[in-house]
Amino acid sequence: MTGAPAMLDNKLVKWVDQRLPIFTMMQHSAIDYPTPKNLSYWWNFGSLAGFMLVVMIVSGVFLAMHYTPHVDYAFASVERIMRDVNYGWLIRYIHMNGASMFFIAVYIHLFRGMYYGSYKAPRELLWWLGIVILLLMMATAFMGYVLPWGQMSFWGATVITNLFSAIPFVGNWIVTLLWGGFSVDNPTLNRFYSLHYLLPFVIVGVVGAHIWALHTTKSNNPLGIDIKGPQDTIPFHPYYTAKDMFGVGVFMVVYALFVFFAPNLLGDPANYIPANPLQTPAHIVPEWYFLPYYAILRATPDNFIGSWMGFTLVPAKLAGVILMFGSILLLFVLPWLDTSRVRSARFRPIYKWVFWLFVICCAALTWAGSQPPEGPALWVARLGTFYYFFHLIVLMPLIGWFERPLALPKSIAEPVLSGGKA
Amino acid sequence: MRAPVRTMASVALAAAFLLAPVLPARAIEDVVPPHRHWSFQGFFGTFDRAAAQRGFQVYKEVCAACHQLRFIYYRDLGALGFNDDEVKALAAGYEVTAGPNDQGEMFKRPGQPSDRFVTPFPNDQAARAANNGALPVDLSVVVKAREHGPDYVYALLTGYGDVPKDAPKDFKLQPGMNYNAFFPGHQIAMPPPLSDGQVAYADGTKADVPQMARDVVTFLSWAAEPEMEARKEMGVKVVLFLIVLSGLLYAVKRKVWRDVH
Ligand code: HEC
Ligand code: HEM
Repeated sequence: MTGAPAMLDNKLVKWVDQRLPIFTMMQHSAIDYPTPKNLSYWWNFGSLAGFMLVVMIVSGVFLAMHYTPHVDYAFASVERIMRDVNYGWLIRYIHMNGASMFFIAVYIHLFRGMYYGSYKAPRELLWWLGIVILLLMMATAFMGYVLPWGQMSFWGATVITNLFSAIPFVGNWIVTLLWGGFSVDNPTLNRFYSLHYLLPFVIVGVVGAHIWALHTTKSNNPLGIDIKGPQDTIPFHPYYTAKDMFGVGVFMVVYALFVFFAPNLLGDPANYIPANPLQTPAHIVPEWYFLPYYAILRATPDNFIGSWMGFTLVPAKLAGVILMFGSILLLFVLPWLDTSRVRSARFRPIYKWVFWLFVICCAALTWAGSQPPEGPALWVARLGTFYYFFHLIVLMPLIGWFERPLALPKSIAEPVLSGGKA
Repeated sequence: MRAPVRTMASVALAAAFLLAPVLPARAIEDVVPPHRHWSFQGFFGTFDRAAAQRGFQVYKEVCAACHQLRFIYYRDLGALGFNDDEVKALAAGYEVTAGPNDQGEMFKRPGQPSDRFVTPFPNDQAARAANNGALPVDLSVVVKAREHGPDYVYALLTGYGDVPKDAPKDFKLQPGMNYNAFFPGHQIAMPPPLSDGQVAYADGTKADVPQMARDVVTFLSWAAEPEMEARKEMGVKVVLFLIVLSGLLYAVKRKVWRDVH
């Protein structure tokens, strides 16, 4: 699009670039990259998630220098980091709250994609890679939470690894493999530590592919229409670099408020009790970002799928596990469940509202997941679970089919011209 | 050979999984401890040094008979306002087991500031044996490890009494247990640790139970988060810096975007 990058004026840069064109590549994908000029602040959360990934890896590497992955020392080593390592408390609170901030960024990023139809053709693979990142993040955060070896670390690990035993035939084998023995114990802690160090780098790789796909299909935008020509775009730098930097600034203010003034607000106090395999805590609750799935897991009634005449087709536990994993896996087929040809909810008078019902549904599931599965909370979990799947499987295809979308603007550059009439 | 072990383990864990959500239904509902004002709360809160020093005295003379504080070193007391000589003298007042020496024997020597707080019992089993089978928990992080932190510990220490008349019929105090209005389940193995005038405060503060409870909770809150003051102090600077930075970045963004429309 543009000529030779200006930085190639430098002899050394040019020498390198002729042998390995990394400067040309940078110029191409971080500077010239043509970006729709109308992106809103909702588009900041992608770069914020990337920022958090870097923060997690850097803080994690420093934690790893002082952490001891052994059931007898893990808890004490984390306390030692908090008390005796210079600024250890800072590093740990950055990492601990960083996981929450990472999920906040990614969840907003994901809902943004759902509102503006960013998963639809031609961005299906981009969307898939995003879900793969989410799954990897969940695995990473789950295993990271086990490392401090508090009560919730231990019992969370016990409950979640046990879910795999519901899988027919191979279930018990998988569980033994995860444990490295016959219960959550030292081998479990060791393998989780190893994987907790590994997976973030796998995420980096998938993020690379995610961005590669993005730069191939180009960014979606609030209007959800294609880029028609150069008049619709601006170069990524300096426009979006400046905007993303501002986003990072504001995001860091919120992050810092947690780290410095409420570092344990999002955590469970019980994780400051050393793990005790002989004492089950009253409530076993995962971190907040897992609560919706936890609610879905525990929502299935005992007689969910056919328990006639003493014959159980799918046991409640297995049904819960299927629904829980299904709630995420279903997102893979969202591009085909959504039958609307229009991407942006801005031009979809019905979906626009139904989308917010879905957000409320996820919030309700989050709440229900934090409560013991009884009374009203159980019913919220059941209704929420039902609506979650109803939304994706029934409403998405149906609404796309009968909804009459508003007229789309002709192009990003002249939205008002055609948006008004028609 | 191993199959039965595996089966038993799976059954036990499956039971734990299935029962976990059922168990919390207790005989008596947990009580939310009343909220109190603490000097160390809020954006600029700091530990009341005098209270923390008195609290240390309560810990030392009362709680230390049963509870350890294994993450704290004598040197850490400097942060509460004790000077170096006082810390040295305090540490020297304890006997620590060190070694082995050249002969391969453990020996006793006076404590040093670099030693951890000595523990009342050699191991958990001994601690249980001396306490009716119950384990006096390590108090280093207990304030962080309980819902409602300082409010809860205060309520616990001041919440002893007789079983109330309106307690459910099936509530029976087990032998060796004590009624406590705030402990989950309302039976606690810890006997009421505080009684009026139990310690003699050097600064003349009247040592009644609420006062001692307040002081020891302040001390334990410090023990749980010794970094708190440094953290908040740094936090104020970092947050102000980030707000200014964000303002500048916004100005830059505006300037860059001026010509786009
Ligand atoms: C005679 C020994 C003894 C003394 C002295 C004692 N405790 Fe305890 N404490 C115990 C035992 C035993 C338990 C465990 C209770 C149980 O699990 O039923 C306990 C439990 C606790 C708990 C945990 C309660 C919970 O929620 O699990 C706290 C906090 C506590 N003690 C604080 C103190 C403080 C502060 C002092 C000093 C003022 C003190 N204790 C003095 C024996 C003692
Ligand atoms: C995707 C990025 C990552 C996520 C989401 C994540 C998440 C977590 C979480 C939730 C914890 C528990 C924190 C606590 O409650 O104490 C944790 C702990 C830990 N993580 Fe990570 N982590 C990430 C990357 C890394 C990396 C790359 C490393 C090492 C290089 C690392 C090293 C550690 C260590 C040593 C601990 C134990 C110390 C502690 O518990 O504070 N993490 N991580």
